[in-house]
Amino acid sequence: PALGLFLFTIARDPLRIIILIAGAFFWLVSLLLSSLIWFIAVKASDPQDETLQKGLLIFGIMFSVLLQEAFRFLYYKLLRKAIEGLVALSEDGCSPISIQQTAYVAGMGFGLMSGAFSMINLLADALGPGTVGIHGDSQLYFLTSAFMTMVLIFLHTFWGILFFHGCEHQRWWEITAVIIMHLAVSGSTFCNPLYMGSLVPSYLLMATAATWAYLLSGGSAQNLRRFLLCK
Amino acid sequence: MITFMNNSDSEEEPCNERTSLMSAESPPVPSYQDGLQTAEAGEAQAHRKRRTGSSRSPNNIADGDVSDLGVPVRESALENEEEELTLKYGAKHVIMLFVPVTLCMIVVVATIKSVRFYTEKNGQLIYTPFSEDTPSVGQRLLNSVLNTIIMISVIVVMTVFLVLLYKYRCYKFIHGWLILSSLMLLFLFTYIYLGEVLKTYNVAMDYPTLFLVIWNFGAVGMICIHWKGPLQLQQAYLIMISALMALVFIKYLPEWSAWVILGAISIYDLMAVLCPKGPLRMLVETAQERNEPIFPALIYSSAMMWTVGMAKPDTAARGASQQTWDAAEDGGENPLHADSQMSETRSPGTTRPITSFEELEEEERGVKLGLGDFIFYSVLVGKAAATASGDWNTTLACFVAILIGLCLTLLLLAVFKKALPALPISITFGLVFYFSTDNLVRPFMDTLASHQLYI
Repeated sequence: PALGLFLFTIARDPLRIIILIAGAFFWLVSLLLSSLIWFIAVKASDPQDETLQKGLLIFGIMFSVLLQEAFRFLYYKLLRKAIEGLVALSEDGCSPISIQQTAYVAGMGFGLMSGAFSMINLLADALGPGTVGIHGDSQLYFLTSAFMTMVLIFLHTFWGILFFHGCEHQRWWEITAVIIMHLAVSGSTFCNPLYMGSLVPSYLLMATAATWAYLLSGGSAQNLRRFLLCK
Repeated sequence: MITFMNNSDSEEEPCNERTSLMSAESPPVPSYQDGLQTAEAGEAQAHRKRRTGSSRSPNNIADGDVSDLGVPVRESALENEEEELTLKYGAKHVIMLFVPVTLCMIVVVATIKSVRFYTEKNGQLIYTPFSEDTPSVGQRLLNSVLNTIIMISVIVVMTVFLVLLYKYRCYKFIHGWLILSSLMLLFLFTYIYLGEVLKTYNVAMDYPTLFLVIWNFGAVGMICIHWKGPLQLQQAYLIMISALMALVFIKYLPEWSAWVILGAISIYDLMAVLCPKGPLRMLVETAQERNEPIFPALIYSSAMMWTVGMAKPDTAARGASQQTWDAAEDGGENPLHADSQMSETRSPGTTRPITSFEELEEEERGVKLGLGDFIFYSVLVGKAAATASGDWNTTLACFVAILIGLCLTLLLLAVFKKALPALPISITFGLVFYFSTDNLVRPFMDTLASHQLYI
């Protein structure tokens, strides 16, 4: 579905593609830094201690979430400047791309990159001999991974919209809400392989974020009804 | 192997193109201009709106030099209006370059992942005589540095040689050289590549069919690249030969040497294009003085020629044919050059009324990128795919890094409006991301994936 979104909405306009790739780049950089921190922590600690390793992992994940949001903020700043430049240079004084579209594309960039990183090795292994989960892991590994990745991609997209909107209108509570949601989703994955604990809350959160973003983008129940009934 | 190595020697030439980004059009920001522009500047000074910002990364040798010719075009009075259109076309040009670079990388990565031939070590090129099978790390490092020095000096020598040839107008020699190397690429490497692919997928093909296929492929390729042909077909051929060359590099360069060579090439590129005495820069300036077009087969041009909206389609068509004819006559100017097209259409256009001229301005200007750039980008990504144990994550990271580097370079081109090397930024990003992803991110992601945790 994310790929479909990409094809239909982004592939047409070259500017959006650039913003998307730049968004992916920023996510990548944040991942890099967070894994650097984790790596240092692991190397500095005792490799035998299981709980310590697990604790470090959790710490690494939380830190990574915070870093991702920080980079989202940085990206927002960069995009603001870029859009101002574009507006200044364009003929009729209005920007070729609205801030909301930018938010959407930036969120997509983050989401696609994170989804790609999560899934692609899995997919490559899936093509090979069926050795995943041979140690007694859940049989639903692939399925749940796929769903989780999809929900994460969508979430990133919605968070992008919410985040940028919050930054635009100086509503700090929106931004903190996004951060908390992100932390919650990551935290819920700790319940894996008890999939109930992670997938369901994530989907619920996604639905919340979706409606919120939709409302922020100017939609309303009326629009939705009209769209669905094809008026 | 010896003959093969010798062949690759001449093969080096086409690969050594400078990665010059040339902007065919002045208004668009990310236009890199090649030397061609100067040629055109001579032609239609009044009408030319091109800026010659060429970004070149003198990648490799000889052939590359040709591509470095940047042509600064004089702008006409419409320049101010052009400025505004710059950014509007800017993104489009970036995408026009993104797509071929992506395609090339995809071809290389797909081949590396599926055909095992290209990851087997079957010897080394004659340019990298020092082996890397030494037991100690220090020795290995030393060998790779020595390999790099040899390779870079070969490239420098060839570049200087090409510049000298160009300066003293030995055009026939250059053309012959180019034709020979592209011939070799098109026929020999394609034959090897096809053979390996067929072997991998266990498809049988008899020799007559093979001969027919390769003959057709090669002949059409030669015509397309050196003479006239549909733009898309020419672009496809250039992408294919870049991919083939990159595959050769990936196979025959030892591990550490490859990385050090990539780093050294980008530094060399930076110096050769920006230093006043750099060979590429001299090449560009010479070409500009003479107002000559660039050699074919060394530059990838993304230009498109539209006749939509032309008030006088017949004159436009005539202009186009005249242009391509002139281009061919000039010895290989890429007929797809937007600027050459523009210049050509413009030169008979001095007598044309302004209206058609203005409509002409709506034509897409393209951006030109040297083939060497394609090759080295693909080498980086291909090596990441081949040797990284993190597989796809590393490859993806390098891919994104290179694209972002290309974006930034294009942006700089728009700002500086002269020839710029396209390699340094992208390769630096790519290398940084490769090493960091391979060593830092991979254990992190692996641990996360094994516990199925998501960040």
